[in-house]
Amino acid sequence: MTVDQVAVLGVGMHPWGKWGRNFVEYGVAAARAALADAGVDAADIQFIAGADTMRNGYPGYVAGATFAKALGWSGIPVTSAYGACASGTMAIEAARQRILAGLCDVALVVGADTTPKGFLKPNKGERGDDPDWLRFHLMGATNPTYFALYARRRMDLYGATLDDFAQVKIKNARNGLGNPYARYRKEVTVADVEASPTVASPLRLLDICATSDGGAAIVLSSMDYARRLRDGSDPTVRIAAVSTVTPTFPNTIIEMPDFATDSAAGIAAPELTFKQAIGAAAYEQAGLGPDDVDVAEVYDLSTALELDWYEDLGFCGPGEAEKLLRDGVTQLDGRLPVNPSGGLACFGEAVPAQAIAQVCEITWQLRGQAEGRQVADPTVGITANQGLFGHGSSVILTR
Amino acid sequence: MSTRRVPAIDGWFTMPTDGSAPALIGTRDTTTGTYFFPPERASSRAPGGADAELVDVELSRTGRLWSYTDAGYRPPEPYVPVTDPHVPFAIAAVELAEEKMVVMGQVVAGVAVDDLSVGMEMELVLDALYSEPDPDGADGDVVEHVVWKWRPVGGTNAAGAVSAGEPS
Repeated sequence: MTVDQVAVLGVGMHPWGKWGRNFVEYGVAAARAALADAGVDAADIQFIAGADTMRNGYPGYVAGATFAKALGWSGIPVTSAYGACASGTMAIEAARQRILAGLCDVALVVGADTTPKGFLKPNKGERGDDPDWLRFHLMGATNPTYFALYARRRMDLYGATLDDFAQVKIKNARNGLGNPYARYRKEVTVADVEASPTVASPLRLLDICATSDGGAAIVLSSMDYARRLRDGSDPTVRIAAVSTVTPTFPNTIIEMPDFATDSAAGIAAPELTFKQAIGAAAYEQAGLGPDDVDVAEVYDLSTALELDWYEDLGFCGPGEAEKLLRDGVTQLDGRLPVNPSGGLACFGEAVPAQAIAQVCEITWQLRGQAEGRQVADPTVGITANQGLFGHGSSVILTR
Repeated sequence: MSTRRVPAIDGWFTMPTDGSAPALIGTRDTTTGTYFFPPERASSRAPGGADAELVDVELSRTGRLWSYTDAGYRPPEPYVPVTDPHVPFAIAAVELAEEKMVVMGQVVAGVAVDDLSVGMEMELVLDALYSEPDPDGADGDVVEHVVWKWRPVGGTNAAGAVSAGEPS
């Protein structure tokens, strides 16, 4: 079931960092950059979708309205989406649906965050029925705890080594060197990774992404609107698929913030794991497959998780990700470059902006505008991420 | 001075007083045969189990280590620090064969990641999560908040961990 495409008219970002300013500022800067890139006036935008932030009070919960007000109320409808790490994609999907339904021609999607220092932690207050609160209280389980469980599993099942994990970091650090929006732009060596303290064995500090401030925005439109804007010519970059699937019961991989997996004692586990299903739904919608992909931006919350994505997105079979990495396939000059932006390794996570930032990067790559980190002539790019509470997403873009 | 032991959360595990081994309390949906931990008590989450009866069951006390890690840094609140400075503790994910599910938990003190390997047999014990002055007791009385933890079978002599829930 392929779905009609929508045009990516413009993309924009505010540089990632630890700026400590109000998240609205980053979102507005990104939105203005995306509007300028699109050549669309803010007054012409017919719908705004905001990706929510949970750590910046009420304005963060109503991000769509917050950004609409900051850009100057224009009477248009808004929506605000929250889906953990997939929030940005949920906002993109809201805008795409509105365009495909014929309810608007051109829409703006914005996500931005200001993050506190240190581990992401639950909001204050005693909440004995909130698994996110309870996992910290009863187990001391942070987000890296879960990343580490997956990493150890790769080592045990597939023979992944600490050096493989370090090589992912080194690759992404090198990719991000020339990216003006990346927070960390510095070469990393194996010795640097080895010298960094263990956060959650086997993962060291440099295996795990930081949390950052940042903002990203895109302008989407119908294909007709894009042609009218460009004197009849087709838009360069289109969204071919947006996947925001949830797990299928029983989900047998332990996930944040849970204490246990679902039980497969009564009902057999589904054929695809949750992360495999995220990519599979996107491929089906686009009418494309893993072999068609030329460039990917995947959620490297940890170095080891990037390797999981190679397999979950079908770039190789289970247990073959280390070989793909060691053979240089996912390097910037390889057959299938992964995280040319530098990934979360160079950005750090700004939750509601991150999935949108992935789409910005793939757009620049498809246009040939990714200066200093350009992949050779890509025509199809995919993004993927996963977060807490059964959220995950993938977007496929084509040229 | 006395120590009163209370569960850190109600209804998730047994605290037997007769010396028998403790167990996690799950629920089982009698229509599909699916287990739940933490116990689901309102309704089954299994497709086709909407009208199923949910019965409390004690989950298997042993299982195979699915994966493991440790907390190298002190976790943020609402984790309650037990030592200053922080001493890393291991965390396990253990696969229960009968229930076909993986259950996480801290590993008892004294067992480091180097002592663990995937596939190892692990057993459930009760152990102190943290202690504090007993607000309902006399001066010097302590209330110990108890939680389930994992340890290698036949494993360790870790101080404080007991395989039975008898009051100390």
